[in-house]
Amino acid sequence: MGGFDVDVIQRSWVYLFRDGMTFTLTLTALSMVGGIFFGTLLAMMRLSKFRVLAAVAGGYVNLMRSLPLVLVIFWFFFLVPYIYGGIMGAGKPLPIGAFYSALITFTMFEAAYYCEIMRAGIQSIPRGQVWAGYALGLNYWQTMGRIVLPQAFRNMLPVLLTQTIILFQDTSLVYVISATDFFGAAAKVANRDYRLVEMYTFAALVYFVISYGLSTLVKRLQERIAIIR
Amino acid sequence: MNYNWNWGILLAQEPGGTGTYLKYLIVGLGWTLATALAAWVIALALGSVIGTLRTTPYKWVVRLGNAYVELFRNVPLIVQMFLWFFVVPELLPKAIGDWIKQMAPPWSQYLPAVICLGLFTSVRVAEQVKAGIQSLSRGQGMAGTALGLSLPQTYRYVLLPMAFRIVLPPLTSEFMNVIKNSSIALTIGLLELTGRARAMQEFSFKVFEAFAAATVIYLLTNLVVVLAMRTLEKKVRVPGLITASGSGGH
Repeated sequence: MGGFDVDVIQRSWVYLFRDGMTFTLTLTALSMVGGIFFGTLLAMMRLSKFRVLAAVAGGYVNLMRSLPLVLVIFWFFFLVPYIYGGIMGAGKPLPIGAFYSALITFTMFEAAYYCEIMRAGIQSIPRGQVWAGYALGLNYWQTMGRIVLPQAFRNMLPVLLTQTIILFQDTSLVYVISATDFFGAAAKVANRDYRLVEMYTFAALVYFVISYGLSTLVKRLQERIAIIR
Repeated sequence: MNYNWNWGILLAQEPGGTGTYLKYLIVGLGWTLATALAAWVIALALGSVIGTLRTTPYKWVVRLGNAYVELFRNVPLIVQMFLWFFVVPELLPKAIGDWIKQMAPPWSQYLPAVICLGLFTSVRVAEQVKAGIQSLSRGQGMAGTALGLSLPQTYRYVLLPMAFRIVLPPLTSEFMNVIKNSSIALTIGLLELTGRARAMQEFSFKVFEAFAAATVIYLLTNLVVVLAMRTLEKKVRVPGLITASGSGGH
């Protein structure tokens, strides 16, 4: 195998970052937004006084949290084209591409994890505030939207961001559906040029720097929020 | 959308000639559990030691422990899996590297997968153990010192017995995480449950039957683990404590 070949990284720099890392970061950002949106809705359902809503949301969250992400990626990869084909009335499965498949998977999967975070956030708000909202004549959505959720988000911000760092790392699993995210790109170069040691070590280094950097920022944020409260 | 369900496929013969697809998947569960359990032994042993060391008064030991945790926590599991499978054998002395690479499958995949999962999970165990020790009141350690116990004795007889009973619920969820995370070993070719469901889908073209069967098997496994751990938790519960279970991560 010889010495450590740095050249292979220089040669594939553009491919790794312009194609791969862009895919990874876009997927992470969009899945985070979608996941927090649906996760918050799920959390509100789980805390709802309507038993059926609570049971449906609870069942969904527990199902997602009991399954390995890889299996869920496979599920959605094959299921989504069927649903999409059904909606479009095509009568056959329609391919939607690896990116959209991954986006739907991670949004739906992470929603279950964000749900549990938001549920803890909502439950951390004293009940009296909800009653105060109702006493002022606000309805459920106004009370949630103006009083409870803003505070819940603020309290849970560090945890939500930590979960997003986990999501960022998890997106590397799109490898199993042959998508070209950062890790997928690194794996493709590694196999093409037979530079496995270099490319996988480099990929690990890049993920480490980004994740460590982000988690250090989250820690600082946590300290600041803690002081303000 | 109409999909032709055919559950009979589970009783059809798989092309490898080892029996039905159902048996093929159950053997996959066996590999999942064998990987997860072996990794769990490593994780529990290493994680307990590192978690404990991170609460000691020795600055350098704490720093080393922290560095270990950051290292394994900030690299995606699949990347670590590839490092153990592709990279580590190249960096070891040639004789050992070749010995690992030439092991008969599935052992050449099983060994790196177990080491990888074990170390990855040890970090999470270490975090829980550390949190458990730190959740004890400072007075307990001081009481140990006041009784004339040495630092190791204080840990052995005062702190750790309490800490482990407190962190049992979060450790349960970590154990379920190892089971789930072992599915990532399919990327290096270990045919555990998810890998076999994927292979079954490729052989039989029965996509949803394969994944549905795997899903049911995972859910049943979770159920068994939860029930077993609940019994254990009841047995070792510290009287008078209300312990909240931990969550998050996967």
